[in-house]
Amino acid sequence: MELLFATAIGLLTAAGIYLVLRLRSFPVIIGISLLTYAVNLFLFGAGRLAINLPPVLRKGVETYTDPLPQALVLTAIVISFGMTAVVVMLALGAYLSGREDSVNMEDSAAPDQENKA
Amino acid sequence: MNHWIIAPVLLPAVLAAVQTLTMRHHPLLQRVFSLAGVVAVLAVALGLSLHAATGEIEVYELGNWPAPFGIVLVLDRLSALMVLLTAVLGGLVLLYAIGSGWDQRGNNFHPLFQFQLMGIFGAFLTGDAFNLFVFFEVLLIASYGLMIHAGGARRLKAGVQYVIYNLLGSTLFLFALGTLYAVTGTLNMADLAVRAAEIPVEDSALLRVGAILLFLVFAIKAALLPLHFWLPETYAEAPAPVAALFAIMTKVGAYAILRMYTLVFGPDLGATADLIDQMMIYAALITIAAGMIGILGAKRLGRLAAFASIGSMGTLLIAIAGFRPETTAAAIYYMLHSTFAAALLFLVVDLVRERRGEMGGAIQPGPRMAQHGLIAALFFGAAIASAGMPPLSGFIGKLLVLDAMRDMAEVWLIWAVILATSLVAILGFAQAGSIVFWKLAPIPDEPVAEAPAPQPALPIVAVCAMLAVIIALSVLAGPMMGYIEATATQLHAPDGYISAVLGTN
Repeated sequence: MELLFATAIGLLTAAGIYLVLRLRSFPVIIGISLLTYAVNLFLFGAGRLAINLPPVLRKGVETYTDPLPQALVLTAIVISFGMTAVVVMLALGAYLSGREDSVNMEDSAAPDQENKA
Repeated sequence: MNHWIIAPVLLPAVLAAVQTLTMRHHPLLQRVFSLAGVVAVLAVALGLSLHAATGEIEVYELGNWPAPFGIVLVLDRLSALMVLLTAVLGGLVLLYAIGSGWDQRGNNFHPLFQFQLMGIFGAFLTGDAFNLFVFFEVLLIASYGLMIHAGGARRLKAGVQYVIYNLLGSTLFLFALGTLYAVTGTLNMADLAVRAAEIPVEDSALLRVGAILLFLVFAIKAALLPLHFWLPETYAEAPAPVAALFAIMTKVGAYAILRMYTLVFGPDLGATADLIDQMMIYAALITIAAGMIGILGAKRLGRLAAFASIGSMGTLLIAIAGFRPETTAAAIYYMLHSTFAAALLFLVVDLVRERRGEMGGAIQPGPRMAQHGLIAALFFGAAIASAGMPPLSGFIGKLLVLDAMRDMAEVWLIWAVILATSLVAILGFAQAGSIVFWKLAPIPDEPVAEAPAPQPALPIVAVCAMLAVIIALSVLAGPMMGYIEATATQLHAPDGYISAVLGTN
C-alpha cells in the first residue's frame, strides 16, 4: 500500500509540475490543483498509513490512527479550494482585459502604463 | 494570561468584517474606522513592546489548551518589535492611501488592508508552524486583492503571476510541514525544537529535507535569489500604497527564517548545523548584486524601487545568515530601516508618477512637476536612505552589518560585494534622479491651457512622516541598539522560549 500511495503522490506532483511549466493560465491552474491534491495526500501520509483504525478515542479500542494530519488536510483543502477560485477569477480577468493568457510578463518595453488607474 | 496579545489579530479581523458588512457604500466611515483601528493597534503594539522589553516571554494559549496540543501565540522581544514595526508602517501607508485617494480607485480597499494587517500580525505572533502557514495564507489572500486594486490589464496580469507563484510556495510550505510532522510528530515550534534535538544525527535525513524545504518557502517570501522572480513585476505594478505595505511582506519571510533557524534548527543542532548558512550567504550576495544592478538598469521608477527592495533584502539576509547574536542584532536594525526605506521610495515614486501625468514613472526627461523642488528633495532623501549613505539610518545599518561580519571566513568577499554594490546603487539613484528632476523636457510651443490641479497635502505629510521615522531611527540608533541587542541575545538562547511555551520551568 505504501508503494501505491507514494507512487500516486509522485505521479500527481510530476504531472502538476509539468503543467505549471506550460505557462498558459489554464494548464497552470490545473497543474496547481494537481499539486494541491498531491500535498493533501502527502500530509495524510505524514501521520502514517493505517487501515480500519478510528481517529477518535472510543471504549474498547486499543489502537488509533493519528487525527492531527486529518485536521491539517481539511484546512489545506479549504485553503487550496478558495485559492483556486481566486486564481481562476484573476486569470479570467487578466485574459478578458489583455486578450492573451500567457503567464509570462512579455514585452516589458511596452508603453509605460504602470499605475494608471 | 495576558489577553492583549491576541488584540493585534482580533481587532483588524473584526474591523474588516464590520467594514464589509455595514459601511460598503460609506467611504468616509471606512476611512475613519480604518484609521481608528490602526491607531488602536499601534497603541496595543506599543504596550506589548513595553511589556516584552522586560525580557519576559509571554504565552497566550488559545482556548486554554496547554502548549504542544493547542495553538499558542508567543510574545517575545522580536515578535513585539515586528508587530510595532508593522503597526507604524501600516498607519503611515494608510494615511498616504487616504490622502492620495488610492483607496477610492477600487472597491474594498480598507477591509482588505485590515485583513492584510491581521495576517502579518498573526504571522509574527504565532508559536505554531501550521498556524504560521494559515496566517501566511491570510496575508496572501488579502494581498492578492490589494495587488489588483484599481485594476488595469498589466496589473491584473502581474497579479496572476504573483498569485500563481505564491500558490506554488504554499504547496511547498505544506510539503515541508508534512515532512517535519512525519519526523517529529509535532508542529508547535517549541516542541519541534525539543523533538528535533532528540533525533540522532544518523537518522536525521528526513529532518534535513524538511529544514531545507522550509527554508526554500521562506526564501521565496524573502525574495532571495534565485527565488525572487515574483517581486519586480508585482511591486512595480501594485498600487503605490500597497507596494509600500508589501515592504513588510518580504520581512515576514526574513522573520520566519530568523525564528525557525534560531529556535528549531539552531546553530547547535548537529543534524542541520551548517546546512543553510553557507548557501544563504552566497545566495544573499547574488541577491544584493542583482538588486543594485537592477537599480542602475531600471527604465521606470517603479521597477527601480522594486529592485532597491531586492537589494536591501540581500543585505538583510546576509546579516541573518551569520546566525550569531551580533550579526542578528545588525540584521534586526537593518530590517527596521529597510522596511521604511523601501516603503518611502515607493511612495515618493508614486508622488512623481501622479504629477507627471502621461509620462508616469518613465526615467526620461519630462515636464516640470507641481511642487518640483519638494518632490525632488523627498526623492533625494529616499535615495540616500535606500543606498545607505550618511546621515540616514541606511548608513548605520550597513555599517553594523559590515562590522558584525568581521569574524566570518568570507569577510573580504562580503565587504567587497556590499561596498561595490552600494556604489552601483548610488550611481543608479543619481542617474535616475538627475534625469527625472534636472533634465526637463523642452517646453512645447503652444501655451499650457489650464493650470495644474492643486495637489492634496496629506500624501506629502505621510511621506514626510515616514522620512521622519527614518531620521528618528538614525538619531536614536544608540538606545534602539540596546533593545535590539537584548532581542538578539534572547533569540539565540532558545531555552527561555521553549520553557515558557511548554511550561517546563
